[in-house]
Amino acid sequence: MAVLVIADHDNATLKDSTEKTVTAALKLSGDVDILVAGKGAKGVADAAAKITGVRKVLLAESDELGEGLAESLEALVVPLMNGYDAVLTPATSQGKNFSPRIAAKLDVAQISEIVDVVDASTFIRPIYAGNALETVQSSDAKKVITVRPTAFKAAADGGSAKVETIAPPAAPAKTHFVDQKLVKLERPELSGAKIVVSGGRAMGSAEEFQKVIEPLADKLGAAVGASRAAVDAGYAPNDYQVGQTGKVVAPELYIAIGISGAIQHLAGMKDSKVIVAINKDADAPIFQVADFGLVADYKAAVPDLMAALTAAGK
Amino acid sequence: MKVLVPVKRVIDYNVKARVKSDESGIDLANVKMSMNPFCEIAVEEAVRQKEKGVVTEVVAVSIGPAQAGETLRTALAVGADRAILVQTSEDLEPLAIAKVLKAIIALENPDVVIMGKQAIDGDNNATGQMLAALLDWPQATFASALELAPGKATVTREVDGGLQTLAVDLPAIVTADLRLNEPRYASLPNIMKAKKKELVIKELAELGVDTAPRLKVLKVAEPPKRGGGIKVETATDLVANLKTAGVL
Ligand SMILES: Cc1cc2nc3c(=O)[nH]c(=O)nc-3n(C[C@H](O)[C@H](O)[C@H](O)COP(=O)(O)OP(=O)(O)OC[C@H]3O[C@@H](n4cnc5c(N)ncnc54)[C@H](O)[C@@H]3O)c2cc1C
Ligand SMILES: Nc1ncnc2c1ncn2[C@@H]1O[C@H](COP(=O)(O)O)[C@@H](O)[C@H]1O
Repeated sequence: MAVLVIADHDNATLKDSTEKTVTAALKLSGDVDILVAGKGAKGVADAAAKITGVRKVLLAESDELGEGLAESLEALVVPLMNGYDAVLTPATSQGKNFSPRIAAKLDVAQISEIVDVVDASTFIRPIYAGNALETVQSSDAKKVITVRPTAFKAAADGGSAKVETIAPPAAPAKTHFVDQKLVKLERPELSGAKIVVSGGRAMGSAEEFQKVIEPLADKLGAAVGASRAAVDAGYAPNDYQVGQTGKVVAPELYIAIGISGAIQHLAGMKDSKVIVAINKDADAPIFQVADFGLVADYKAAVPDLMAALTAAGK
Repeated sequence: MKVLVPVKRVIDYNVKARVKSDESGIDLANVKMSMNPFCEIAVEEAVRQKEKGVVTEVVAVSIGPAQAGETLRTALAVGADRAILVQTSEDLEPLAIAKVLKAIIALENPDVVIMGKQAIDGDNNATGQMLAALLDWPQATFASALELAPGKATVTREVDGGLQTLAVDLPAIVTADLRLNEPRYASLPNIMKAKKKELVIKELAELGVDTAPRLKVLKVAEPPKRGGGIKVETATDLVANLKTAGVL
């Protein structure tokens, strides 16, 4: 059985969700190739070629692949699937965008956001905001799977696979890229960060969010996250949302400040190793999953925490 | 311009799902059910586009048991013009739903389909993209802004790292993200009026679509529980505990 992994990248760097997806792929088969679809992404392909256990790397480049258009990815991947029994894609918003198109074109189910591989046709995936884990067995000849990266360890570097350039598909006729506004990150990326500091509705304004959450994150070398309420209110960019329908994170340390702990938020962070909650309401549901809870007004607690970290040599 | 809005009846988003003790599925007996929140956003968007005068007709469609008719009544109460229920007692997978929707689209010929990005029960986030592929239509998923013009939709999408804007030729599939709009509540007079709007029921078998499941659910289990935590009194205590836990 041969497995294709579609790399997650931004044309410049390979994201570690790719290495994690390779780990999942290697549980299906030893014959794993990586597809890098993008524009000016040779460096990404070279990085992918270094992942241990990878047979070869396919590189396809065009403007539309660089823009991540789902129609282009479908047109590229569907014919390639003649040579593969499964295709695995990291469950990022990009992967979630195009992967189901591939499944539909192959007339197979998509197995969404798997967190474990039981065998080559049986997988475990969360449903109902992570309140249940479903074990499903696929009867389809080819498997189309998205992978929750936080559930798998990154495959190590040390390989030296060949990079093979393949032809890109024709540009889609009916979809046109207009523009893209990406947030410049000066901090670690949310999905892969070791520590995440998240703020909620309690912040009350974007200024307060920046004044309270960001310095603490910087002191800890952490990524910044937010609840939906904080994002909806414009305190933080949409890309910061942690939860059922935002990003799923599983850092070593997750610090939730002024977040109540709604089911949908917990779905995105409850697999973190250590959870800290700071909330003035002792009954807030977030305390049910917190390893360490501090019942306090964040306005006093966060400055105290900054001072305590300084005192501890941080 | 005609809009089709597929809506799904799911467990209410405020209810915590409970696993059945025999691990065969989720216990939905006596559980509050509602319209999937992302579908509410999709309906709201279609209705707003109609209020702006861009859209002339909003048709809601649901595939599910007879009770999904209530979900369609909700869509009618917030402004959909008419509704179609494709009745089935089976729980269909996204690929099957997409095929059924394709059959409905062949009958209705909408200019645009606005649907939810994800149903909060199965958390698949797949049906819209599958439908677009089956129809060979362009797609604009995870929409946070939508502008409709004759023959064209301009859609701002929530993507990794920020926002992307696409222009797609119609007909197209748009899937709604949380920030597309804030759905309204149905007023009592509108709930009453909705009872008189057209709701057509079709049996799934009438459509002649292959809806055979591709996945067999072997088990539905509870996720591992987190060990109980402790309350700390001060920030200094907290830091000491985090050091002991080895995460600082
Ligand atoms: C379809 C759907 C999808 C969703 N997806 C997500 C998702 O992906 N991610 C997500 O986060 N949410 C999601 N939600 C929303 C979720 O249900 C909650 O509404 C949201 O998480 C609440 O955000 P919050 O905790 O910041 O706000 P609130 O629930 O308002 O909580 C604010 C908390 O701050 C505390 N507080 C207030 N002032 C202070 C202070 N001075 N000091 C300390 N504490 C203080 C309060 O006690 C309270 O607990 C979704 C909802 C739906 C319907
Ligand atoms: N049974 C259904 N009836 C109508 N629409 C559905 C149904 N299931 C899914 N959908 C649509 O597909 C979207 C995404 O669902 P899913 O792919 O299951 O996460 C939903 O928000 C609905 O708009």
